[in-house]
Amino acid sequence: MKPKHQRLILAIVALAGVAGAGVLGASALRDEAAYFRTPAEVAGGKATPGEAMRLGGMVAEGSIRHLADGVTIRFVATDGEASIPVEFTGIVPDLFAEKAGMVADGRMRADGVFAADRILAKHDERYMPPQMGEMPTDMKAATAG
Amino acid sequence: MIAELGLALLWIAAALACLSLIAGIVVLRGGPKDVAGLVRPASVAQGVLTAAAFALLIALFVRSDMSVELVARNSHSLKPMLFKVAGAWGNHEGSMLLWLTILGLSGGLVALFEKRLRADTLIATLAAQAALSLGFFAFLLFSSNPFKRLPIAPPDGQGLNPLLQDPGLAFHPPTLYIGYVGLSVAFSFAVGALVTREIGPAFARAMRPWVLGSWIFLTLGITAGSYWAYYELGWGGWWFWDPVENVSLVPWLAGAALLHSVAVTATRNALRAWTVMLAVIGFSMSMVGTFIVRSGLLTSVHSFAVDPERGTFLLVLMLVYIGGALTLFAFRASAVAEGKQFALLSREGSLVINNLLLTTILALVLLGTLYPIVAEAMGEKISVGPPYYNKVAGPLALILCLVMVAGPLLRWRRDDGRTLWARLPLALLAGATVLFGLILFGGPIGILPLLGMTVAAVVAVASLAPLWKRKLRRVPLPTWGMVIAHFGVAVALAGMAAESAFIKERLVAAAPGETVKVADFTVKFARVEPVAGPNYTAVRATLVATTPSGSSFILHPAARTFPGLMGGAPTETNEAALLTRPGGQLYAVLGQPVPSADGSADRYQLRLWWKPLVWWIWLGGALIAMGGTLALLGRAQLLAIWRARRARKAQMRFAP
Repeated sequence: MKPKHQRLILAIVALAGVAGAGVLGASALRDEAAYFRTPAEVAGGKATPGEAMRLGGMVAEGSIRHLADGVTIRFVATDGEASIPVEFTGIVPDLFAEKAGMVADGRMRADGVFAADRILAKHDERYMPPQMGEMPTDMKAATAG
Repeated sequence: MIAELGLALLWIAAALACLSLIAGIVVLRGGPKDVAGLVRPASVAQGVLTAAAFALLIALFVRSDMSVELVARNSHSLKPMLFKVAGAWGNHEGSMLLWLTILGLSGGLVALFEKRLRADTLIATLAAQAALSLGFFAFLLFSSNPFKRLPIAPPDGQGLNPLLQDPGLAFHPPTLYIGYVGLSVAFSFAVGALVTREIGPAFARAMRPWVLGSWIFLTLGITAGSYWAYYELGWGGWWFWDPVENVSLVPWLAGAALLHSVAVTATRNALRAWTVMLAVIGFSMSMVGTFIVRSGLLTSVHSFAVDPERGTFLLVLMLVYIGGALTLFAFRASAVAEGKQFALLSREGSLVINNLLLTTILALVLLGTLYPIVAEAMGEKISVGPPYYNKVAGPLALILCLVMVAGPLLRWRRDDGRTLWARLPLALLAGATVLFGLILFGGPIGILPLLGMTVAAVVAVASLAPLWKRKLRRVPLPTWGMVIAHFGVAVALAGMAAESAFIKERLVAAAPGETVKVADFTVKFARVEPVAGPNYTAVRATLVATTPSGSSFILHPAARTFPGLMGGAPTETNEAALLTRPGGQLYAVLGQPVPSADGSADRYQLRLWWKPLVWWIWLGGALIAMGGTLALLGRAQLLAIWRARRARKAQMRFAP
């Protein structure tokens, strides 16, 4: 094989690889990127049940309830406009508290309850979820411990 | 006085960087030759003075001089000494000074020790390094002065986040920074070589130890950071695909690609333009990472808009450096003579595929990290999490590992398929054994972990093949380095795959006295008691874990409460307890007390994980770093220099 041909083949392989990676990345982003929604948006019907998403809001005062199994909690996430009940099985993060901000990964169930797989409440440099910066300042003040 | 002295040193160091840059330009433009003598001493002095300024900043933290704003904001007189020292770099201004210190010191080291490069290329390299320093000096002095005094000194400081009061974290950022900024040397070498058009094996050999060195630190930093997140956050995970983690992974990927392509350039004088390009990309990724973390973009596009000065400054710096280097590359790349030819099935060919895959993974990780920022700027709030990264990076990484099986067994220039097959049967047998063993006895396993363990077995055996039938004492250090690093990849991969395939988890609400079973362990929840630490109080549980063979181990997961400083609210942190066994780790977290129906609270949330082979992940990381170190020792020819010196001394002794 002539060197020129070989360079050409390498270039074509590389281009095909890059194109493939681009397609892979774009399709994975479309499938896996989760929308961040506020309770008002969810109440407005923006969230499809079963679709992975992030819910951000404040834990309503007096709303945290422990279910009988001892490891599941229920609380209400609110943004002042609307309220969404959230159910979570697991150990909540250190800064999770009533009247504090939180972000939950999970999905809406058909019964209108948000089933959370993971809850973030950290607001330190490392684990402040990106969207918390967007919250109204009074809510941020409530979360800044 | 200390603060003023530190600031003065910074200004002098900045002036020296300016001097190096100007002298370098004058020499390269054919000016008087004696100016060339200035560049080396100026580079060394700049490094020393910046390091001295950083030492003074540490001294201010040690003395708890609260009249300095940075100390008052980030330290507290009652903090343990280690964290006072670490406080010096645990904040924006201090970490930028650390960045400049490493930038200056690595420039100084190049000036002192680099002897293989042509004189004019070395001067161009040092001038490029000085240009990098100059920009960051401007950033530090004009918008992030670490030595700024307060008009009135407060009685005491505002402390440091208790989550960050951990010995592991004290040394994690400097390690990563050395890696990040060490890549600047490769960047400067590339710019220098482009300026003087000296791109060939000599340039590649000079650059190689620097790439290896910074990549070793990146490896150690990422491995340590992963372990820190694992035991400190109490979430039981070892990698979260968090943006902060991603921006450290991206330069690591670029470094890994670069150190493989630089090998091709050094040994075979091929892939020259690509190697230069990667050297530019490597440090560019370090800058992008720093920009994302330091500008506030990570928290939100809007927080960037709130304090635009620093972010814009960094953005402009980054665009000037990356844009400048790429423009230079565009003008000179066509002038880079065509390298030596090679067949696709050859060592070079496999390294080209390695580079393609590594840069593709890099691009996809970067895409996932930046996409939410771009989307938010366009009004859509999106988060990209582990499902995306696992989907795109997982399969590509597995293919990369398969290339790693073949690469070291191929000859340079050209090889044929039959001889490759002849070298592989043992490795393929190991892979097949693991694959069928897992399918038959492993129970239901996801496809990615299953392939992961299989590939790990193939890689583990194949990585040792270069040692086959060789006298081990005669094997050169760089080959040992490659073998150990590749074996480390197999170990880490096996750990990741086994952990995700066979993890066992129990989440219960239990009262003291109750027993919980997880995997083969019987865990007795013995008691809960309050304990007091130096600057916190804690609720500590005592768990007794018993193995089937009857041996018992005690674990103490705890929840710590740090008092709020200066009237702030108290902060709680969760201290996980770990039991390391040959087969994996038992991981215990104590949650909150659970109120019962009658109002009493005798039950606690308890989360237990059995994580098979999980510690192999960090063992693998350590092996990779160790392999890199061996290769570095071989490449830097420290041993050879030392031996030559000894021989010369011996000769002198016997001379009449």
